[in-house]
Amino acid sequence: MSDSGATAALPDPAAVSLAIADLDRLISTLRDDGRVVIGPTTRDSVMTLDEIAGAGQLPRGWLDEQSPGKYRATPSETATAFAHGPPSMSWKRFLHEERTLVISTSRTNGAMVIDPAPAAPEKPLAFFGIQACDLAAIGVLDVALADDAAYRRRRDDLLVVAASCTDSVATCFCVSAGTGPRPGPLADIVLTELADGSLIADARTERGAAVLTRAGLDTAATEADCRSAAALVDAAAARQTRHLDTEAIARAAAAPDDVGWDAVAERCLTCGNCTMVCPTCFCTSISDQTRLDDGCAERWQIWASCFSLDFAYVHGGSVRTSPTSRYRQWYLHKLVTWHDQFDSSGCVGCGRCITWCPTGIDITEAITS
Amino acid sequence: MSREPRRPSVAIWKFASCDGCQLTLLDCEDELLRVAELIDIAYFLEGSSATSDGPFDLSIVEGSISTAEDIERIQTVREKSAAVVTIGACATAGGIQALRNFGDVEELMRIVYATPDFLSVLDTVTPITDHIDVDFELRGCPIDKRQLLEVIGSYLAGRRPQIATDSVCIECKMAGQPCVLVAEGTPCLGPVTHGGCGALCPRFGRGCYGCFGPMDSARPEVLAPLLTTMGMPEDEQYRVFHTFNAWSEPFRDQPRPVPVTLSERSTS
Ligand code: SF4
Ligand code: SF4
Ligand code: SF4
Repeated sequence: MSDSGATAALPDPAAVSLAIADLDRLISTLRDDGRVVIGPTTRDSVMTLDEIAGAGQLPRGWLDEQSPGKYRATPSETATAFAHGPPSMSWKRFLHEERTLVISTSRTNGAMVIDPAPAAPEKPLAFFGIQACDLAAIGVLDVALADDAAYRRRRDDLLVVAASCTDSVATCFCVSAGTGPRPGPLADIVLTELADGSLIADARTERGAAVLTRAGLDTAATEADCRSAAALVDAAAARQTRHLDTEAIARAAAAPDDVGWDAVAERCLTCGNCTMVCPTCFCTSISDQTRLDDGCAERWQIWASCFSLDFAYVHGGSVRTSPTSRYRQWYLHKLVTWHDQFDSSGCVGCGRCITWCPTGIDITEAITS
Repeated sequence: MSREPRRPSVAIWKFASCDGCQLTLLDCEDELLRVAELIDIAYFLEGSSATSDGPFDLSIVEGSISTAEDIERIQTVREKSAAVVTIGACATAGGIQALRNFGDVEELMRIVYATPDFLSVLDTVTPITDHIDVDFELRGCPIDKRQLLEVIGSYLAGRRPQIATDSVCIECKMAGQPCVLVAEGTPCLGPVTHGGCGALCPRFGRGCYGCFGPMDSARPEVLAPLLTTMGMPEDEQYRVFHTFNAWSEPFRDQPRPVPVTLSERSTS
């Protein structure tokens, strides 16, 4: 997360310039390499993520507003495809699926045989247009899911075309989280879009450079374009008003029992939306199921939320029955104990938990007021 | 030499209900033959002519308790069954007929029936658990077919059913559906409603109606002010919490804004 932030250097002098039409060449090259390209796209007036086959599926012209508990996206006359806040869903679901088959068992000649989950031949992925906060979240998952075979398999094959943010929505706080708006070190290529929709592409790895070359994208970007691109990203950073209250977090770490958790938990529905949309929440539970058709059994790993009563179910009942105890668990894990466990913050500042919380609970102010 | 193991006997009972949940079993077209091979359907008036006297390994009960005879009959069912599973909003929460619990049953009978004297019903409609011990409650109006198969399969395998008790929102987000409440301002009961339907309504752009009743730690009192800010009047809020699962806590306790008696309503 080091080379991010508002005052990073201009794009590399080797950066190339892309017209809007060149995006299709870039996407086709990735697809010709056998990759499934995932990118932002609009569905039911919401920017979400899905497989894209061409640049026509990007949310060009769409602008979004995000505030606590509220999201609105509207088509506009703008030429840009990447000047939006974080898409509604996070990219984690493509690396860490909501349901994963772990093992299955079958009966062969009367004996139980355990079959490891078939490592289905999958096409490698390319993330196209992932923003700095979400890219940093992959860095966080890399640590948390280091031993998860399915995650590792997809992650190792992943190619990343990141997009610098040229706008911030009201819920963004990547600057304060130290993750953006410039994409950090995990990108193979970084795109920065200018107001007219043209872009600057900056290869960060050998294979990123090779993709640009194969796509025939080699027009050197002008210094003027590089400067305007940098200015746009700086302006996006300057627009952010939210920030993590490091003092409040330190106080919560030192004396968690003294925090007025009740005041925030009073508004919590324990619905779990925050954890589901968070790009770093990785928890799962294990579900053993038997199949009716052939009597075989399957073990599934399924997304879980610390806001669910069953999440903390131990022998005899749940140890976190009150909404207060569940909010406290989420907050302290994200912002405090994650550091002890994984050596980083569990929050990358994407603001999704603020936007998509039905009652608009705001992690940046939850315990300051 | 192996002997064919005895197939577990299963009975399906109906109390005050619409039959829709039992129908879910018949809807399991692809799986039904397999289910019929694995179990001995010993009593199932809707699906077969079998009327065994029991005992049964598993009784699946649909419907709520509405009459004095129901009380006796459900006790017999319990005595004859090793395990009892209730299915659907009627059996688990009283169902839509439990709306009468909020009014005066005598008054209701006079309004609805030409000859109320022929009726003999209890003052309140209640879920099965109010009368007997129940081993598992499967929620929904109607229940979900996949969940029913999971419950039957779990009893056949002698394990606990894997049925989540948290919110519809969890299923909504697992399905990758953007939230209709946040993105469109559509009132949605998902945050307080028990999952199981796979977020069917939100996936079609509609708010959740709460068919599966309150989730394990539902907080309708936190959702209600939000519904107000979305422009839903208080009497409508009362109505959305008082549908198929009106009698289950904490939906039951959602305050009625302006008390309107039935006679006032019917004369207006
Ligand atoms: S805690 Fe909230 S702001 Fe932080 S990464 Fe998760 S969803 Fe984004
Ligand atoms: S903080 Fe918001 S999104 Fe998270 S569980 Fe509570 S109400 Fe739901
Ligand atoms: S649409 Fe309804 S069920 Fe889905 S997340 Fe929003 S409130 Fe929850």
